[in-house]
Amino acid sequence: QLSLFRLTMKRLFSTSHSSVDSKEMKKFQLLAHKWWDEEGEYSALHSMNDIRVPFIRDTLLNMSSNYHLGNPLSGVKILDVGCGGGLLSEPLGRLGASVTGIDPLEDNIRTADQHKSFDPVLAKRIQYRSSSLEEIVEECMETFDVIVASEVVEHVADLEMFIKCCSQVLKPEGSLFITTINKTQLSYVLGIVVAEKILGIVPEGTHEWEKFVPPEELQRLLESNGFSVKTVNGMLYNPLSGSWSWMESTSVNYAMHAVKSGAQGQLSPTDTLSEMEREQSSAAAGTAM
Amino acid sequence: AAPLYDVVVSGGGMVGSAMAAVLGHDIHFHDKKIALLEAGPRKEYDRVPDSYSNRVSSISPGSATLLSSFGAWDHVCSLRLKPFRRMQVWDACSEAMIVFEKDDLDDMGYIVENDVIMSALTKQLDAVADRVEVFYESRAVGYTWPLPSHSCDTSPWVQIELADGRRLQTKLLIGADGHNSVVRKEAEIKNIEHRYDQSAVVATLHLSEATDNNVAWQRFLPTGPIALLPLSDTASSLVWSTSHEHALELLAMDEESFVDSINSAFWSNVNHSDFIDTAGAMFRSAISLLKPSGTAVRQLPPSIAKVDPESRAMFPLGMGHATEYVQHRVALIGDAAHRVHPLAGQGVNLGFGDIACLAHHLSAAAFNGSDLGSLKHLLKFETERQRHNVSLIAAIDMLKRLYSTSLAPLVLLRTWGLQATNALPPVKVRI
Repeated sequence: QLSLFRLTMKRLFSTSHSSVDSKEMKKFQLLAHKWWDEEGEYSALHSMNDIRVPFIRDTLLNMSSNYHLGNPLSGVKILDVGCGGGLLSEPLGRLGASVTGIDPLEDNIRTADQHKSFDPVLAKRIQYRSSSLEEIVEECMETFDVIVASEVVEHVADLEMFIKCCSQVLKPEGSLFITTINKTQLSYVLGIVVAEKILGIVPEGTHEWEKFVPPEELQRLLESNGFSVKTVNGMLYNPLSGSWSWMESTSVNYAMHAVKSGAQGQLSPTDTLSEMEREQSSAAAGTAM
Repeated sequence: AAPLYDVVVSGGGMVGSAMAAVLGHDIHFHDKKIALLEAGPRKEYDRVPDSYSNRVSSISPGSATLLSSFGAWDHVCSLRLKPFRRMQVWDACSEAMIVFEKDDLDDMGYIVENDVIMSALTKQLDAVADRVEVFYESRAVGYTWPLPSHSCDTSPWVQIELADGRRLQTKLLIGADGHNSVVRKEAEIKNIEHRYDQSAVVATLHLSEATDNNVAWQRFLPTGPIALLPLSDTASSLVWSTSHEHALELLAMDEESFVDSINSAFWSNVNHSDFIDTAGAMFRSAISLLKPSGTAVRQLPPSIAKVDPESRAMFPLGMGHATEYVQHRVALIGDAAHRVHPLAGQGVNLGFGDIACLAHHLSAAAFNGSDLGSLKHLLKFETERQRHNVSLIAAIDMLKRLYSTSLAPLVLLRTWGLQATNALPPVKVRI
């Protein structure tokens, strides 16, 4: 165990080719103990559960024919990448999923482990590991039904490698859920100036506009790596009410659902839709939410 | 470690038992663990006893809907209940009267013995025994609250200690333990309370002659309202709110005198004054000019022949309202949150309304994988219910005070008020 820990620590701070950005990690180190204060620095992430959990849940239920409303995600194996203190892992675990939460920061994992330990049901359903995504690829090939990467890709060093690793650990036809921030003038004003500097909704320095990812770019990367994008929805945070809602425009925050192609890289018929048709159907799905 | 429950309901009366049963029948609570703590013994019977119980409740259609949502109403119907179609409310000091009835001749409400409701609830709790564990003869004696969320070392759950030393833990504690709620006191939630200088006398009465008996009667005497709630074609339940001294007298007097007092209370016009009668008559003619259909037919209440021996009892009355209904991992429902005067027959219906609202929010929270004790959805419950309850509780309290006098100006005010309310459909519908 100790040698694995040492190896992990070496990897964490090495500058070798990795999707983990060590500068990013330092930012989160300071706040590792603040995860579970619902009114604290992470309050916006807590309230984001009100839309991201139903989004994940309902998308998966719509694709499945065999579930029980009392335990909707029972039997689903989920990887929560960049799980932090476990804010998203826990609700998914409560809905019945077997969740593996990984985060490169040891302190985050420690916080997450301690928080789940008081609930015997969650303690069994959720496993946390201090690790980067690349480090688990070998032993987790095609292991997971679902990957969630929420508020993570804007912190990642090499996005294409991140996506390739997601594809490797995901079962064929498995789902990938991403929530992140667009790279627009509006997202600079709202996401950095207002959110960080003026209202203090997000701790200052958390985000760098340069690393924000436009949905078109994310979609392009996903589709050139064996994924088919099914849904893109804009998200909006209301600082007065402290709550999130869906909106048509993806100019600030957005959520994306993509499905890994089936065995032998076969693409489903819908992938041959033209760019415009696909955008239209995504927008329609967005408004339907 | 003490067993951990998702929800513990403290208090197994009508409201606490219904809360546990509703959650137990909720599909999103299928895999959850619920416990109900009741200090008394298990209450259930397969067949109703021949005599009526003297504790009855007026169940609104909304409450009946809630009870049927988890199968309890069917049991009530198979045991015993009396629907009523009309409510006539009038003043002892004037001719003013207000009649409530639904246009479509639907039932306005149901008079049900509390024991019947409890028996139905017990049956439906049995039906979900795999999810809901009922602890009878178990009184909670101590609660330990968790520290605020960011202190990680101690248990985040509510600790409960029972009288026999057993311990439980829970993610959400629901206090349904009545107007002297221990949960509320231990949570240090401030309660606005006021003892009325009134007690309610209850009894089971037999009518002089059989009748359809589908009207609920209430007359406001200066000492307090007297109500006759139908139980069957030949029997009615008495709820007479009056001064403590008068209540004791009523309990002590022989059965004949008791029956005479009741009949006199309903029929006598000794409190009328010519002035008020004239003023009232003038107002009535004014209304009939403006709104010809604005006065309803006055029916005569039944006369009483006999009282069931041993059925007389009394209990003190008061009002109460908790300043908060929720805290981290705690919610109050029923009389623990609000206590009202029986004059409007609302008490248990407010409690059932609390249940419907809280269950709705908890069900959504469970389906979202949320921590059930989180203030986020508990506050939504509190806001919705306080918005609904506060104005009703204040109105009931105000009515009680307004009708506790025979001073002419106030009588005139309430006379005109009652007559105007009777003539105005929108106001009546809200009530």
